Amino acid sequence: MTATAPQAEHDERLIRTSPLRKLMGRPELGSIVGAIAVFLFFSIAADSFLRASSFGTVLYAASTIGIMAVPVALLMIGGEFDLSAGVMVTSSALISSMFSYQMTANVWVGVFVSLLVTLLIGVFNGFMLTRTKLPSFIITLGTFLMLTGLNLGLTKLISGTVSTKGIGDMEGFEAAKAVFASQITIGSVNLKVTILWWFVLIALATWILLRTRAGNWIFAVGGEKDAARATGVPVNKTRIGLYMGVAFAAWVSGQHLLFSYDVVQSGEGVGNELTYIIAAVIGGCLITGGYGSAIGSAVGAFIFGMTSKGIVYAEWNPDWFKFFLGAMLLLATLLNAWVRKRAEARS
Amino acid sequence: MSTAAQSAAPLVQLDDVSKFYGNIKALEGVSLEVHAGEITCVLGDNGAGKSTLIKIIAGLHQHDAGTFRIEGEETTLVNPRDALDRGIATVFQDLAVVPLMPVWRNFFLGSEPTRGRGPFRRLDVQYMRETTRSELLRMGIDLRDVDQPIGTLSGGERQCVAIARAVHFGAKVLVLDEPTAALGVKQSGVVLKYVAAARDAGLGVVLITHNPHHAYLVGDRFVLLKRGAMSGSSTKQDTTLDELTRQMAGGSELDELSHELERAPAPAQIGGHTVAPGDDKPSS
Repeated sequence: MTATAPQAEHDERLIRTSPLRKLMGRPELGSIVGAIAVFLFFSIAADSFLRASSFGTVLYAASTIGIMAVPVALLMIGGEFDLSAGVMVTSSALISSMFSYQMTANVWVGVFVSLLVTLLIGVFNGFMLTRTKLPSFIITLGTFLMLTGLNLGLTKLISGTVSTKGIGDMEGFEAAKAVFASQITIGSVNLKVTILWWFVLIALATWILLRTRAGNWIFAVGGEKDAARATGVPVNKTRIGLYMGVAFAAWVSGQHLLFSYDVVQSGEGVGNELTYIIAAVIGGCLITGGYGSAIGSAVGAFIFGMTSKGIVYAEWNPDWFKFFLGAMLLLATLLNAWVRKRAEARS
Repeated sequence: MSTAAQSAAPLVQLDDVSKFYGNIKALEGVSLEVHAGEITCVLGDNGAGKSTLIKIIAGLHQHDAGTFRIEGEETTLVNPRDALDRGIATVFQDLAVVPLMPVWRNFFLGSEPTRGRGPFRRLDVQYMRETTRSELLRMGIDLRDVDQPIGTLSGGERQCVAIARAVHFGAKVLVLDEPTAALGVKQSGVVLKYVAAARDAGLGVVLITHNPHHAYLVGDRFVLLKRGAMSGSSTKQDTTLDELTRQMAGGSELDELSHELERAPAPAQIGGHTVAPGDDKPSS
């Protein structure tokens, strides 16, 4: 063992961890490399991809996925899945729309009732998980199916059709639209407010993960549940909190859905839950939990946005989107695994 | 070796303690003392009742008979948190660390220090990093990088971090569950050094092991368990390594074992071998 100098800033055995190595240890690196590749690819393949106006479109597409991908990534770091996340967005939109319409109340009343109910769905998921100790895959699959059925069944029962009645002329609609579905135009770039919400969520989630006790607990619960419990981490509370985070984002997304179109189709949202998970995984979240980042999920969502819109700009058949997505998922996961192995096998 | 001054009352004192699971006697009439600055070794083969004993001291189980005193005061620990609050920290074999998390995050896991108020309440990262480094250094562990995932440390180093964590959070009694069980000879030596360091820091240590060599190297008192009962109790002054090994192995198997030990004296690794196959029971 070499002599130590505690006061020295640098330990001579730390064979100059180069900034590059440090960077490679970050979970989001693989996704950033992937994002650059996708960007270059579509820059060449589609002329209109590089236009400023396309930028706003791509960002918007990314933000609608990204808003959900952030809490889904946190949940994955905490070691769990939420398959009900996609339809929960629709449920949330349906609740505010139908509650306001049926009660002929100010739409804000519906919006807050929706927040309450959506959060309760999150609590239900978390509570069932901690109580039954069944895999979250099964529990949220159950919630997913139940919500899908409820969305369709209740909407038909109340509205008579598969979509809700328009609430565009109701009190408070304009104000709520400003919060959840407005846009500003800078030059030729249209920026939707969801982009702002997305960035706020990324910043908040990153802060929570890296700089709060709760963040430490999320990593620990996902990494080694029993160890976390043994050291006094409130495992159950952490998990319920994570499901509530997903529910909160589902509420934001749901309100956006409602206030951009003013009616909601009750069958929407099915399949989106996988999109969120894919964005999180591309962003470097370990599927077994305990590792990942919120920024990574954002990059994953951005790759999604670029691909879905890039294919349109390249004037290809959008059917190819899914193929691209699948290939991207495999490549990104392989790249992540490779990068992590290289980063851990240091010195 | 320091023979610490015997304080008035031992930190932990078990007297004639028994534990039953239904009609099974898991532990019967076991007595031991843990003094500050001393190491009490609990020796026994698989199924001898070591786990049961450790669980009683750690507060996971409650004893059914006998007395359990902490600093002279008779108690029954309700749960592990209770034990921690009374200054008894237990390092179990799985160590309770999260492999993918950095060492400094693991060190403070569950008791993270924070600064700031309200929404700005945040981890005191600098303090956490520095304290982890200095606490480990104090135990003689010179870590290259507290940011590395704890899973990249060797088994011995991980064990030492777990011990340092218990020491930092104010443990008066440190209970170690077979800290050298899965380690090689050299690693075991390193861990035993830190066990000794904890003792020198004034802690009372309970060292559970089935290796008499490791026990004799650092122990001040020895308690031998066999089939749930106490088969021997001695202090360093009135026993020898040979005697300890003899007691541990039990009469008939001894010839074979002593033959083995003559070839490789000092701390040869016999940990992995089953010394007395006849005594094997499913461990509790």
